[in-house]
Amino acid sequence: MTAAPPARPATAPPARPRTPPARRWPFARRAGGGQVRLALLLLLPAALVVFGVVLYPAGRALVISFYDVDSPFPGRYPFVGLRNYTQVLADHRLWTAAGHTAYFTAVSTALELVLGLGLAQLLAAPLRLRWFFRAIVILPWALPTIVNGAMWRWILNAQYGVANALLTELHLQDGYRSWLGNDPFLALNMVVVADVWKNASLVAFFLLAGLQTIPRELNEAARVDGAGPIRSFCRVTLPLLVPHIALVLVLRTIEAFKVFDIVYVMTGGGPAGGTQTITFFTYLEAFSAQRFSAGASLAYLTVIAILVLALIYLRLLRQSELRSP
Amino acid sequence: MSESMSELSRRRLLQLSAVTGAGLLLAACDVGGGSDTGAGGDSGAAGNGEGQIKALFMKQAGYSEDDIRAMTDEFHKKYPKITVEPSFVAYEALHDKIVAAAPASTFDVVLIDVIWPAEFGSKRIVTDVTDQFPAAWKSDMLGGALATAAYRDRYYGVPWILDTKYFFYNTDMLTGAGVEPAGLSTWDGVLAAARALKAKKVVDYPLIWSWKQAEALICDYTQLVGAFGGKFLSDDGRSVAFNTGGGLQALEFMKNTLDSKLTNPNSVESLEEDVRKIFSDGQAAMALNWTYMFNAANDPQQSKIAGKVGVAATPAGPAGGPGVNGSMALSVSSGSKNQKAAWTYVSYITSAEVQAKYAKSSLPCWTTSYDDAAVVSALPQVVPVARKQLATLIARPQVPRYNEISQILQVEVQNALLGRKPAKKALDDAADQARTLLS
Repeated sequence: MTAAPPARPATAPPARPRTPPARRWPFARRAGGGQVRLALLLLLPAALVVFGVVLYPAGRALVISFYDVDSPFPGRYPFVGLRNYTQVLADHRLWTAAGHTAYFTAVSTALELVLGLGLAQLLAAPLRLRWFFRAIVILPWALPTIVNGAMWRWILNAQYGVANALLTELHLQDGYRSWLGNDPFLALNMVVVADVWKNASLVAFFLLAGLQTIPRELNEAARVDGAGPIRSFCRVTLPLLVPHIALVLVLRTIEAFKVFDIVYVMTGGGPAGGTQTITFFTYLEAFSAQRFSAGASLAYLTVIAILVLALIYLRLLRQSELRSP
Repeated sequence: MSESMSELSRRRLLQLSAVTGAGLLLAACDVGGGSDTGAGGDSGAAGNGEGQIKALFMKQAGYSEDDIRAMTDEFHKKYPKITVEPSFVAYEALHDKIVAAAPASTFDVVLIDVIWPAEFGSKRIVTDVTDQFPAAWKSDMLGGALATAAYRDRYYGVPWILDTKYFFYNTDMLTGAGVEPAGLSTWDGVLAAARALKAKKVVDYPLIWSWKQAEALICDYTQLVGAFGGKFLSDDGRSVAFNTGGGLQALEFMKNTLDSKLTNPNSVESLEEDVRKIFSDGQAAMALNWTYMFNAANDPQQSKIAGKVGVAATPAGPAGGPGVNGSMALSVSSGSKNQKAAWTYVSYITSAEVQAKYAKSSLPCWTTSYDDAAVVSALPQVVPVARKQLATLIARPQVPRYNEISQILQVEVQNALLGRKPAKKALDDAADQARTLLS
């Protein structure tokens, strides 16, 4: 039962002035018993669904990770304690995959943030046909990841791909080249490109929502005080956007960390294993190799890593909130 | 906004974790429980032989989706009390789909590859049908086909797609370079032809292969391992042998054709379908591929070289020219509630009559079919070649952990092909990792 507690030691509340939150259980505090019962009744269906499709499988996976389950059928399997975890952690393939995942997460999230910020600025600008541009920008995000992956695989096809045709016609490269096959690092970067193309628009919309909460008077005041557009962006807009940026960073980092489908479709983990990420490795272990316990352990290690990432982000966020007025 | 952000405080996150943890505890029913007979139903006789069954097939090569639907319709006419619902997935997803669907018994009939009986049989995902397997079939089917569904003298299915990789060439291009097809009977001859084709600028890269990091890569590699007299495992099956002798020479051969630019560099990101497209577009002169490419490349709808396709047995190396055994079989899943009906369906579509009828897509598993005028006339160029090549097939290792070994080998072979490691080092590394997987 180590899934929830591992984060605990890291989170002993540091001594810091804090107003006690007064909003924990609004039903219990304010309403009578009848309403509580009604509320619980209304929550029951959702709770059942959550238990059935989230908590039960998650618990099951945790239990499986302590046994040596090597077949998809229920049955008797030996209890091995933490051996799956130690074996998985000792496997060099995990660390290679972790490297790819870290690179993918860092680069794709950073690029999405930068591009998303730019896009948000454009979309917030008082242009004609603004609704039209907004609709176009959201399109990539509306595309299913599998479709996006297949599309980019075709664009980047070495023999027939549009990317090669375009770049060669524009004389930006001498001849057709391989994007996904010859150089594992290039292939990983191309997967990043495909992911950024799709998700930058999501980031843009989050930030656009943030931009619209910033009163125009603030920027106007900055202009009056003699600040140029860059300066007013850095000193006024950006600080006010920090909570939104933080939120979208949390979302995108966690999503990018779990990347699977786009890799599955675009490269299948190749070339030479160069685009294999942790979740892809988990999938191979669980279903292709039928090492269900190793797969479950890997999944829990991923959960722990994401939990740690989330805690770090939340702490940063809290600090930034304390600083901002 | 900031209100909702502070809502998601660290404390709240921990509370959520605690609730989740409690849920996990509730869910923690024991894996150790349950019955031993979970995968039991192995008698192969469940059900009354009527009703609905579901079958899982693959989408590419061999029989096409249309073929299988037509076969099934004919089956429905003959057995009106059984309804079959076929499903199709890509080959790359077939194994995992079978595994994931096994506990729920979603499918009654599954198509399995020649490399899976050891795994599926030992884990009881498919039933042992040895007792239902008529003795006559053992003598009437070709040896390479029989091996498809067998593991340790038991049968886990009925052979259905008998396939190996043949050597295809573009007759126009060979003529253009003044190369005689007869010279293509050895790999040395193929290299000489490729050099001639390249020197006369008939085609940029004469050879195309399916060397993407996938099982397709291992199929091509296996065929070359056979040609160079190598082995995957030692004779007792306890140790790895591909990193010496023929196994190493095969990989060096592959790397050399890349270095000398006789092989299209895009081979390392191509599957069989990519090979077919590139060959059919006239961008390669020679290629190894499954039987289905003959028909596909001769179809003017999808090929620019229709009528110019030559086919030959796989070229020989110093140790002969065995083809890789790429056959597939139909199995009855062990969880099926209707195994009788499933067996009826499997027996029907694997029968000599049905296979002969669809010989154009995939050659039959039955010895006598090759004397059947209808089969011979369906593929007059291929059948004589097939007769020769199907007599000697080389198998990939028949071990329960084959999939893992294959994945390790795929990565290391690609490491060598991409020049990231010398061939010897790559295969030694693969051997080190694979050793523990042989039990």
